[in-house]
Amino acid sequence: MSFLSVSDVSMAFRIKGNGSFLALDSVSMDVAGNEFVCLIGHSGCGKSTLLNLIAGLLLPTAGEIRCDGKAVRGPGPDRAMVFQSHALLPWMTCFENVHLAVKQVFSTLSAAQMKDKVEEALRLVHLDHAMHKYPYEISGGMKQRVGIARALAAAPQVLLLDEPFGALDALTRASLQDELVRIVESIRSTVVMVTHDIDEAILLSDRIVMMTNGPAARIGDVLKIDLPRPRDRVALAANPQYAAHREYLLKFLYQKQRA
Amino acid sequence: MNVRRFLGRPWVASLAIFVVFVAVWQVLTAGGSGGPGALDPEYARLAGQSAAVQQTGAIPPPTAVAARGWELLVNAFDRSNPNNLGIAWHLLQSLGRVLLGFALALIVAVPLGFALGLFPAVHQALNPFIQVLRPISPLAWMPLALYIFRDSGISAIFIIFICALWPMLINTAVGAANVRQEWVNVSRVFGLDAFQHVTRIIFPASVPMIMTGVRISVGIAWFVIVAAEMVGAQSGVGYFIWNEWNNLQLSSMIVAIVLIGLIGLGLDVGLAWIGARLSFRE
Repeated sequence: MSFLSVSDVSMAFRIKGNGSFLALDSVSMDVAGNEFVCLIGHSGCGKSTLLNLIAGLLLPTAGEIRCDGKAVRGPGPDRAMVFQSHALLPWMTCFENVHLAVKQVFSTLSAAQMKDKVEEALRLVHLDHAMHKYPYEISGGMKQRVGIARALAAAPQVLLLDEPFGALDALTRASLQDELVRIVESIRSTVVMVTHDIDEAILLSDRIVMMTNGPAARIGDVLKIDLPRPRDRVALAANPQYAAHREYLLKFLYQKQRA
Repeated sequence: MNVRRFLGRPWVASLAIFVVFVAVWQVLTAGGSGGPGALDPEYARLAGQSAAVQQTGAIPPPTAVAARGWELLVNAFDRSNPNNLGIAWHLLQSLGRVLLGFALALIVAVPLGFALGLFPAVHQALNPFIQVLRPISPLAWMPLALYIFRDSGISAIFIIFICALWPMLINTAVGAANVRQEWVNVSRVFGLDAFQHVTRIIFPASVPMIMTGVRISVGIAWFVIVAAEMVGAQSGVGYFIWNEWNNLQLSSMIVAIVLIGLIGLGLDVGLAWIGARLSFRE
């Protein structure tokens, strides 16, 4: 039983002047409740477009997206998003950034209860010590953790992650991936994540959706990852199953879908 | 003492240029070239023969300007003679007009700028008027303003309002229309309503642009007030300069010109500081 369904969705962008650009060509996929799905593909393959369609930031030119039985007609905090560029509001402290989301979703709570929710979300990403700092005062990795805390604080039905670690250095990225593994296992939420990092996709996903190169991108292949959880990146390195998954994805990305 | 390093300091060069400028000025004006014989006939015609006969009409040397400047500053707050107020009162009068006209412009420009920036239909409807009104020299309004308001002080404030309006209006509109897409997406994803969207996202994101507009507006207003006060006003630094010109007090005029420059600089530095404090940091 799918929780999130994308049915025959096409997306064409109007180009200035004349004509249009078909980014996605009748894409269909289903995501079960509590499933972690990664969308992987080369740059410009439309994976972020698909995520923005699920978020409701874009509306498809054809097809339909349903989340928890309801058609997606616009954005909402039930599909909270972690943005590629952290997208924290620089005029607000970390606390205020998360509070903005909490206030929208839990508007009936008292001020003290909202404060607890915000602090809980920041504790989950180990940032309770920096919550009254402004974004410019903290590192890139910390900013992205606040971005994750903000999305989690909205208690979304589906958590959307748009290449959240793309702008970070390798070590920071690894530590945030580990943290995301831990968080996802503790809250068991439905997650759709866009990435172009194969190791990241295998470490985190239950299923990896591979997209063909655009224009008119489609879903090329789907790989089920049934590695046991909790997953540990060091232990996985020696796992033959992991190596097989990795090879399968590499073949898709670099033989079938050359950039 | 490292002479080379001392000479390399930027203010040393500035000071040297100033000293050379004053020295050349002194040499050119102290040689008695300003005798009646040197009177420019064109000038004599403009100033009227009587004035020309009374005065030498020469540019005063820097020493005379400095002496006059000292005199004006010592008596800056003198108000014993209502027909000859201290220069500080005139400057405060001008600053007050600038502040009032600017405040009125701010009240109109910021909300209207948001409307222009956020609603393309409003922009399309008002843009022709803005494009026609904006290039009009604010002083072109002066006679009409004098006719309507029947008061030179109010007219000057109106002129300031007109000239201060455009930079703030346009900067606010551009700032509001170009808020980073990622911040707009945050607002949409987390479901902010229209009021919160404007107050918590659009407004703080636009503050740097608005403050740039404020700086430009105040700079222009400080330009324009001098000219506006030369037409009909009975007070203010523009009136002061015009009055001293009628008295052929060139030293006073030069002192006033320098003070206008220094106050303009002070306004700009102060507004830059306020702008930096109000703007977000990244």
